[in-house]
Order: sequence, then C-alpha cells, then structure tokens
Amino acid sequence: MSKEKIQICEEFFDIMPPEYQALVTNATWGKEGRGWKDVGVNKELIEQHSLCAGCPESMAFRYILASLPNPEDTVMVGSTGCTSLVFPHVGVHNIHSLFGNQNAIASGLKRALTLRFPGKVKDVVVLAGDGATVDIGLDYTLQSWFRQEMFTTICFDNELYANTGGQESGLMQKGFVAKMAPVGKKFDKVRLPEIAKESGCVYVVNCTVSKPSLVEKVIRNAVYIAREIGPTYIQLYTPCILEIGKNSMEGLQEMRDSEKPGERFAYKEFISDQAKAFLADLAEKEKAKKASAKEALAQA
Amino acid sequence: MDSHSIIGTKNKKGQTFTDPYHLFFEAQRIPSFFTGSEVIKEAIRRASVDLMVAYPITPQSEAAALIGELYAEGYVTDYMRGENEFGVMSECAGGSFGGARVFTTTAGPGTMRAMENFPMWSGARLPIEMIVTCRGINSPLSIQPDTLEIYFLLETGMLVWHAETAQDFYDWILMGFMVAEQPDVHLPIAICCDGFFVTHTKDVVNLTPADMCLPPYDPYRSPVPCMDMECPPVRMMRDPFIMKSNYISYATHASWQQEVRAAIERSRKHTIPLLHGLIETENTDAEILIVSSGTAVSQGREAIRLLADEGLRVGLVKIKSLRPWPYHEIREATKHAKHIFVPEFNVAGWMAREIKSTIPDSDRVVVGPHVAGGMTMPPEVIVEHIQRTLGKSVATLAGRGS
Repeated sequence: MSKEKIQICEEFFDIMPPEYQALVTNATWGKEGRGWKDVGVNKELIEQHSLCAGCPESMAFRYILASLPNPEDTVMVGSTGCTSLVFPHVGVHNIHSLFGNQNAIASGLKRALTLRFPGKVKDVVVLAGDGATVDIGLDYTLQSWFRQEMFTTICFDNELYANTGGQESGLMQKGFVAKMAPVGKKFDKVRLPEIAKESGCVYVVNCTVSKPSLVEKVIRNAVYIAREIGPTYIQLYTPCILEIGKNSMEGLQEMRDSEKPGERFAYKEFISDQAKAFLADLAEKEKAKKASAKEALAQA
Repeated sequence: MDSHSIIGTKNKKGQTFTDPYHLFFEAQRIPSFFTGSEVIKEAIRRASVDLMVAYPITPQSEAAALIGELYAEGYVTDYMRGENEFGVMSECAGGSFGGARVFTTTAGPGTMRAMENFPMWSGARLPIEMIVTCRGINSPLSIQPDTLEIYFLLETGMLVWHAETAQDFYDWILMGFMVAEQPDVHLPIAICCDGFFVTHTKDVVNLTPADMCLPPYDPYRSPVPCMDMECPPVRMMRDPFIMKSNYISYATHASWQQEVRAAIERSRKHTIPLLHGLIETENTDAEILIVSSGTAVSQGREAIRLLADEGLRVGLVKIKSLRPWPYHEIREATKHAKHIFVPEFNVAGWMAREIKSTIPDSDRVVVGPHVAGGMTMPPEVIVEHIQRTLGKSVATLAGRGS
C-alpha cells in the first residue's frame, strides 16, 4: 500500500487520531534511506510503549520498525509475551493469534499474500520472544525453515519468560537460578543459531541491540534475503533488566558486556554463498544508483 | 455503470464463476457414484479455494491427498502439508488473515490437537472451512467412527454442521463457504460427517457441473481488516486489553464473545434458504420421535421403516446445524411427541443432553441408543430400544447375551 492510499479527507482531518494524522503527514513510509535515525521523530516508530522503563526490547522494537525496507507492504507476526504488549502500537499490520504458532501463521500469511499479489513485494516478518520461538513454538519455527518459507524470523532473546515473571526458558544460560529452575538451569542454552543454519536458514545473525546501525543492517539484509533466497533468522539479546536484577539505565551496559569476544552474544553471522552474492549484487546496484544520481546532480 | 461483477467470467481452468444460487438450485446435476472422500475433492474442485493445508490422519487422509491432486491440476492455488494439526490450523489462520479462501480437513485426535486454534479463528473472524471426518478420540487408540469430537467444537464460536450423507456433504461444502464468508457472519465453519460411514462408502451423489465454480472470496467484505497492508494500520489502543484489569477491558472481551455468538445466530438467515432449514422433519405429529444428526439419522430412518412394518408410527427430526442450534425449530417439532429417542455414535450422549436442555418436559427424552468406539448401530438396536422403553417384549438380538 502506498502512502497516497492513506490520505485523510480534509473535513475529517482534525477529528482523526493523532497517530493517523502523523502517519499521513510525517511517516517514514516510502522514504529513501529510512533507518534507526528516524526513531524519536515519527509516531509510527513507537512513540510510546507499555514495557518496563529502560527495557532494551523497546529500543530493539523501534530499530527494527525503522529498518524495515518496505513498511508500507510489510505484515508482522507476533506471539504472546512482552512483544505482544508493544504490537498494538506498531504502525504496520500485525497478527497476534496464539502462543508459539507465529511461524505457522507467517507460513500461511506469506502464501496468501504471494498468491493474492503476484508481482508485488509483500514482506512478512515474525517477531517473538525466546519462549515462543524456541520452546513452545520450536516445531513451527523449525518446520517453516525446513519448508523454506520466505520470511524473516526475529527472536528477542531475553533468556527467560519475562512476561509471566521470569521462568526458565530453553535459551536461558545453564546454571541460572530462576522460577521453575529453583536449583539452577540444568542444561545448556539451546544453540538455535546453529540449528537455524542446519535447518535451512540462509542468513543467521546472533547479536545484541547495543548498536542501532548494526541492527538496521542485519534487519535489512534479513528481509531482502528472505524475499529472494530463503528463510532468515535474527537472534537479538534484549536482556530482561527486571529479572536479572539490573536498573533501568543498565540495559545497554549489560548488552555491551555480553557481546565481548568469547561472550555468548559476540557477533556471529552465517550467510549462504547465494545470499552473499545476492547482497553483493544489491550493494553494487545501490552504488551504481548513487553514482548516477551524483552524475545527474553534477550535470544539473 | 459497469458493475465489475465476476459472475460469468472464467478462471484459469476455464470454469465459469457462477451465481451460488444458480449453481446450487438451477444448474444441471450429474449423478455420480463416489466415495465421501472423492465427493470432498469434487466439491473443492468447484469451490475456488486459494489455500489448502493438509495433514494425514485417518479417515480424512484420502480426501486431503485428493485435494493435492486438484492443486497439481491447478484447481487449488496453493497446497501444503503442515507439521501437525496445531500447525495446520495456524497455517490456515495465516492464510485467512492474509485474505485467502482456506480449506482444511481433520479428524479425531487431530481435531483435539488443533483445538486451541478454533476459538482464535472465530475471535479473529476467519471464515475458514474445516471438514471433520469424525473418529474416536479415546485411548486405547481407535480410528473408528465416533462423534465425541463434535461436542468439543460446539462452544468454539464456529458454525458447526453435521452431514448425514455424501450428498449433504457435497452441497454443504460449497454452501458452507457462502454462509461463512457473509459480512454479517464471517466465522469459521466445521462441516462434520461420520468417518468411514460417509468417507469410505460409495453413494450416488448429484454433482453440479465441473465447469462451474463459486465466486472467489473477497476479503474486503470482512468486518475486520484483512492483514495485507492494503488499508491503513491504525493504532487501536493505548495498551493491549490483556494489560488492563478494568471494566472496559472486561466489557470489550465479553462483548466480542457475545458478538461472535450473535454472528452465529445471524448465519441462520443465510443458512435456512440454502439448507432448507436447520432441521428436516417427517411425521412430527407421531407420539414417538427419533431425533439426531449424522448417520444416526440414516439408521433412524431404517428403524422407522421396520417399526412401521409392526404398525408403530414414528416420526423423525434430522438436525443439520448444531451451531447455530435450532432451538425453536426443535421445540416446535417435538411438541406433540411423548417419547423422543436420540440415537448417537458416542459414549457421552451429548446430543440427548442438548435436546433435553432445549425442550419442555425433558423427561420425554430417552437417551440412546448410543454406541461408541466404532461400533455400528443396526436399525434393530434402535427398534429394540424403542420397544423396550414402551414396555413391549422384544426378541433378543443374537449375540447380545441378554
């Protein structure tokens, strides 16, 4: 849907909700080079959220929304958890249906959009917590990758069930004492990035959201690659400051500490040869476009 | 002004999009000898289905695979095998959220595994059509006919119809889409039949012409936005309702559930002309009535014939729609009856309970006979049940040990 389609009839403009007015007058939709720097000036990039103060997930959510290359034709699929508390504020269509079925929903959705809009790009992006992605929904996560469903899966890894009050999850670190792990978690953090690679994902990144420019880059790559090549998976550390005993202002440092070399969120990437060639081609085209624009400017 | 009607135009397979009433009631019917599974395939061939999600479980596996053949032939736009029924029903939901006409089939334990999806489907107003070929859900494992699973579907917010014959099944699969997709209904529909008795037996079914098909689904007639980013995404609320423990939150949830139930009731005005009523009756002035749904009705018909030979006049009420429940119709049809027998293929006798809660003087309802776990219900069993209840001496059926 182009931005032209959401114009408001002049007579009704003043009675429309401010979010809608802002979407019409000020949205980043269709803006060339939109990105994380737009956060804070556009209402559709989550002006307010209902998460805890200082929650890294709220920033991750904003970076992701700002980085989507095609928000006017992107549908997001969420799941139950802290993410489902933010989705009502999101300026793209989004689906919450059940807990853990997000990749199954996205599979059907992507197929429906593909058959209904031939020749048009409609991106589908899944965004769910680690409980939804790795525990209750693991079957659907993996099966969608086996089937090579063409969409991006993003996991907000906070290493526990945050929304229900800090219970053990599969992505929790071994030994961590939590609700339902009263003597410490007894098995290792599930290695989903490696499993994603083995399951058919052509682009996998494991990192934190401490650097917005990095988040922007990997999200754009993931969406572009999922459009053309195959499923992509992004696992982002969004620590639950509440449940690990940190203060509101300590989220960023927690992420920085855990992305140091050798730590569990040190930047890790897998990209298939085909996806790599695709990105190189994309970069080449982008360069050529910029060069010709510069040339046109010089001539003018 | 050009109406832009799709009626009369052709799809890519050369089928003509046909006015549903013409297709159902005026178009030529071709008698064909088919199994119930083949009948499902033939109905879907004419249903303009966008997406079918399949998964093997007896006794619907054959039908689900046959629709794969339709996909290979180009009659169904997309087709996939899901990972299990929970996943299947979620894939169906995704397709329907995205504006596709979606169809699936399931049975017994599959229905139970998928159960979490059904109230979500109706709450999200997804007009998915699901065929349920009923079978046992008990342990030890059984694959035999048993209608207990229907009981679990009754309060999911779905429309639930229970076919007696392959002909019912054929017609209702096509009609079901038309009712479920009405803007003032827009709910999922479960069309149930008794597994094996209907799916695996051959019957003469009058088919509509293969070169005619239903008009496609128009997702923009939905009462809720289609999730395709073709209409503006509006931030609907400050916080999701799940976050709030207040009156407005509760009232929103309560009223939406009421609205789903109201939509079920509104489906009557579309269903009654298509199915010729939610019930079908014969001789309801008789003192004795058999009331049921599915193939129990067929067995009841045979029992009525046997009893007529003995000079006993028995009437019949066939319940076609379980949701909406034909409350007033059943009260009216049973008002003369002194004894109401409810034959059922399940251990619980849920149909008898539903009828008891519907009519005055519910001690008129005689629960049973009911059989379960795949047992057949010969008409003689119904005859004997009626005769015993009436205090008549009956010849003992061989092998029953009494």
